[in-house]
Amino acid sequence: MPIKPSGDVRPSEITPKEIYLRRREFIRAAGALALTAAGVRGPALAEGKIPGIRKSRYSTSEQPASLKEITTYNNYYEFDTDKYSPAQLAGRLKTRPWSVSVEGEVKRPRTFGIEELLKFPQEERIYRLRCVEGWSLVIPWVGFEFNQLARQVEPTGKAKFVEFVTALQPENMPGVRLPVLEWPYLEGLRIDEAMHPLTLLAVGLYGENLPAQNGAPVRLVVPWKYGFKSAKSLVRIRFVEKQPRIAWEKAASHEYGFYSNVNPEVDHPRWSQVTEKRLGEDRFFPRVIRTQMFNGYGDQVAGMYAGMDLKKFF
Amino acid sequence: MAEVPAAARGARQATQAAGARLSSRSVGRIKALLFVLALAPLARLVAGVLMRSLGTNPTEFVLRTLGDWTLIFLCITLAVTPLRKLTGWNWLLRLRRMFGLYAFFYVVMHFTTYVVLDRGLDVVAIPRDILKRPFITVGFTCFVLMIPLAATSTNAMVRRLGAERWQALHRFVYFIAIGGVVHFWWLVKRDITQPAIYALVLAALLGYRLLAAARARS
Repeated sequence: MPIKPSGDVRPSEITPKEIYLRRREFIRAAGALALTAAGVRGPALAEGKIPGIRKSRYSTSEQPASLKEITTYNNYYEFDTDKYSPAQLAGRLKTRPWSVSVEGEVKRPRTFGIEELLKFPQEERIYRLRCVEGWSLVIPWVGFEFNQLARQVEPTGKAKFVEFVTALQPENMPGVRLPVLEWPYLEGLRIDEAMHPLTLLAVGLYGENLPAQNGAPVRLVVPWKYGFKSAKSLVRIRFVEKQPRIAWEKAASHEYGFYSNVNPEVDHPRWSQVTEKRLGEDRFFPRVIRTQMFNGYGDQVAGMYAGMDLKKFF
Repeated sequence: MAEVPAAARGARQATQAAGARLSSRSVGRIKALLFVLALAPLARLVAGVLMRSLGTNPTEFVLRTLGDWTLIFLCITLAVTPLRKLTGWNWLLRLRRMFGLYAFFYVVMHFTTYVVLDRGLDVVAIPRDILKRPFITVGFTCFVLMIPLAATSTNAMVRRLGAERWQALHRFVYFIAIGGVVHFWWLVKRDITQPAIYALVLAALLGYRLLAAARARS
């Protein structure tokens, strides 16, 4: 299997859209039928179409993975460290009522109910998601830019970083019984990263509400960073002066840094980041492709890191 | 209640006697059955790939499953001696080479999957991985160490080397098994449950030998 850059796709490899849609429709229908017949509860899928979704110029033209692939392969350690389990377990997550408290170094701290967040103008953003484990998926998120929310609370001059705190529901999350990570899971961004137009608060996937295992009801999506930076199921957003210590940094600071930008030149101590397996392309085995600097979003984001030693600030 | 241990002892003696008296043909049948059963994990993987039922990341699934079965067969191989001594079923020894060769069979496929499907035959990245990543260094070393063991597994090789030297060489399997568990342990990100289970099983299998050796000396 030769390694090709991700953009290098032969025309013969591209399936016409009607055909792949039909095929996936068929697979999904067959799967649902089989599950119903077996009396098995399917993966936790949220219902509900999100109205008035606009297209975005920030979307990649690459083919998104199917809904099934995106919703059955999830790192959601609060449920289980296995990637196939959250699809079965995350249905227990209580997502209504839900609110996100936005606080800290802001002039107008306030709490947003999920209904209010859904009223922001929603866009479809088809992004590449590159996991630190060496795989990637193309995902059609629905959401809005984080800076739109920030504007409403008016960060002060002291707001240098943003801290994202995620849900902790011990009665619904079997994974938090073990101290695998520090709970609640905590993430953070530098203020300019958070305010960047690519940084998304996602509320949906494939035009519908986010499934629980993908971080319902609202999550962060930062496409030029490794997937764990895109914290799921947010409950609190704090504008702060000091750089937060994120969950993975606390767990293994020599392996995971605060920035965690996708960078093929900085290896994870235990594995190379030069290549990735692109999942969800309907093949027997995923293609091995070269990982791009900033996950291919360098044109938009590289400026934020000008003059920074990215080997030191990994 | 007092009867239970006696009955259990009786049953154990009965099975011991029956087990010890197994005819050569019966052992051959058991061996043939286990030979086929040992191929089942591979058959499941092949079917899964063809039916696309291995989930979103088939490469990862195949790689992990082949690694798992390498460790399982290493443990089974190492379980033969303790089991034989505890039960008196000496015929178990006749299965040991097959189990060992299956461990080698699965590790060859595990390594091939890593080289071809996981790393995409990247001739630059693979040697660098092996040198730089401790878990791959350990895994690769164990794989290489298994080659001479597989190559000297025939009766002719036992004769050529002489029993003593052959046994000395094949004691490497202890280090290989420990290295295999370390390889798995160092690979996982946070949740060490699975490698810990292998470590416990291996500790029991190797601990038995240490105890037996200590008892023989005293």
